[in-house]
Amino acid sequence: MRRLAPYLLILPGGLWLAIFLVVPMVFMASVSTQEGDVVNGFVQTFNFSVYGDALVQYRTQFLRSAGYGLVATVVSVALAYPMAYWIAFKGGPRKSTYLLLVLLPFFVSFVLRTVSWKFLLADDGMLLSPLKSMGLVPGDFHVLQTTVAVIGGLVYNYLPFMILPIYVALERVDPRVVEAAQDLYAARREAFTKVVLPLSLPGVFAGVLMTFVPMTADYVNAGILGGPENTMIGNIIQTEYLVNNDYPTAAALSFTLMAAMLVGIFAYARALGTENVLEAAAR
Amino acid sequence: MHHSHDPAFLRGMTQSRSITRRDAFRLAGLSAAGLALAGCGVQGKKVEPPKVDAVADFWASQKKNDLLRFANWPLYIDKDGKRYPSLEMFTADTGIKVTYQEAIQDNTTFFGKMQPLLAADNDIGYDLMVLTNGLQLSKAIALGYLVPLDHSKLPNFAANAAQKVKNPTWDPNNTHTIPWTVGLTGIAYNPKYVDGVTSIQDLWNPKYKGKVGMMLDTQEVANFGLFSLGIDPDKSTEADWRKAGEKLKEQRDAGLVRKYYENDYVDALVRGDVWITMAWSGDIFQQVAEGKDLKFVVPEEGGTIWTDNMCIPKTAQNPLDALMLMDYVYQPKIATMLVEYINYITPVPATKDLILADAAKAKGDDKASLEQIAKSPLIFPSETDMAKLRSYQTLTTAEEKVFESIFQPVTQG
Repeated sequence: MRRLAPYLLILPGGLWLAIFLVVPMVFMASVSTQEGDVVNGFVQTFNFSVYGDALVQYRTQFLRSAGYGLVATVVSVALAYPMAYWIAFKGGPRKSTYLLLVLLPFFVSFVLRTVSWKFLLADDGMLLSPLKSMGLVPGDFHVLQTTVAVIGGLVYNYLPFMILPIYVALERVDPRVVEAAQDLYAARREAFTKVVLPLSLPGVFAGVLMTFVPMTADYVNAGILGGPENTMIGNIIQTEYLVNNDYPTAAALSFTLMAAMLVGIFAYARALGTENVLEAAAR
Repeated sequence: MHHSHDPAFLRGMTQSRSITRRDAFRLAGLSAAGLALAGCGVQGKKVEPPKVDAVADFWASQKKNDLLRFANWPLYIDKDGKRYPSLEMFTADTGIKVTYQEAIQDNTTFFGKMQPLLAADNDIGYDLMVLTNGLQLSKAIALGYLVPLDHSKLPNFAANAAQKVKNPTWDPNNTHTIPWTVGLTGIAYNPKYVDGVTSIQDLWNPKYKGKVGMMLDTQEVANFGLFSLGIDPDKSTEADWRKAGEKLKEQRDAGLVRKYYENDYVDALVRGDVWITMAWSGDIFQQVAEGKDLKFVVPEEGGTIWTDNMCIPKTAQNPLDALMLMDYVYQPKIATMLVEYINYITPVPATKDLILADAAKAKGDDKASLEQIAKSPLIFPSETDMAKLRSYQTLTTAEEKVFESIFQPVTQG
């Protein structure tokens, strides 16, 4: 019994993965190589050309999504790091209050939060109207349906996923380590770059994983805040699936997106990944 | 029935919520329904038109169950607080209890969710639903997902429906559907920024760069592309589609189009994001009734008339009860209750006099509001407007593929 215990413990999680990840993936792989339409039915023909065709047809949207994901991730790190740092080191006894504030937007529906941006940022809305009448921005200035709005929406919606892991990593940094560095004549800046930053990199790494992947696949922000030139690959998959009922193309696009992201993430992990991060921390 | 709440206000509230819900459905649709669909294997089989005997046999074996599950669009029925007066009268008259749900936010998502269930012959949870004439309804008919109607049990429809809504091209002889409401797609504009609009070409006017709203729905946007070239969508060919696609692409590439909108174009118009936009008649009627300074026109080149149709899914548990409701709402008295709330075009012309009679009895705001309804060309369109209106084209699956490949790159670049 005792020997079996580890396996029994992993059983629920393993079953979960098998049923809700592996099985659907196999079905999706099968669907992606079928041919036909919803009226006449789909037939398995192992038609792999759909992958190439879809990639060629939607290259722009793929590249655009990757670009948006990248920019939004960089902006998120730039915003999240100082916030996490401040909470971890200067938060004092109110740390948990600040963390709650970071998480507070999650208590409102994701879509509702994004839709309310439309009200705030409307051309004649409460924000732009006064700016326009004061002459601070030109009359035809707008935020909605621009790239900035979409990336802004992405950052806004995923920022907590960046803050939390960085915070956890920084929180674990023993203040005495920083003191030791200073005792060894490190300036404050050096103490940060040589001690605190390397120790917090695993948090940044986790944060990037947790934000880049969903941001690149996101379609709600582009759908609500974007314009004709902001369509992301997620919107295309949604259209192929729900509007065109072209399940093979939708499945092929999903797989391509997943593969591209896995490759990207592995490359990133190799370059800046866990091992290097740990080495940096050990130095 | 006069609503105690301002309908426009209610509609405004539910609209922002409806966007939320619709997007939430999409999320759910892409995961849960997707898995269900993959699990069932992707099915689909075209069926022959139903044989007359088979239809008669089907209906002969149906019993009234005194239950009805009705799926409809938000704010598409008369409401008094949480009650539905017309449905309560139906229950009183027939003994049929109705579970009414505002379950349909748009045709594509609803069809996307129901298709796997219907393909697998499973109950979808509704006995009656409302679908717009268009690609999804055509697919539902082609796939045999809808019960052919027994017209001997629809005497009120035969007697009271407008000639114009009978025997539509997408469902000859009303074999599977009869209308719930009818609406127009035209142009709405804000007179503060835009001078009197008469032509569809105003949507291509460089003066309104970045302030033009177009619709995301390919059939809607394609129709306007075709109208702008003087082509009747019903008679259009693939070559016409390509020309219309080019024309729409020009408009987009010139930076004229702010966005290809779904229902949210109304908010964009009200908040000044767009000044001129493709629009649905009922939405604009509501905004005007609420006091917004907006105008709606059917452009001289043409506008679209569409119909939201009642139909019975083949897995309905209570088809006879559904059929009884379909006929019940064609009594002029009931149709009047509906149109006074819904503010789209009613398929029952006799309602106009009844609304005026209600207005004569009413006082103050109610009276004004009812008179506005009876006199509005958005609810009772003029003959000149009617002459300019065209339907969506009915497309086969093969045609649809070509059609979408032309117009989707316009709206989703």
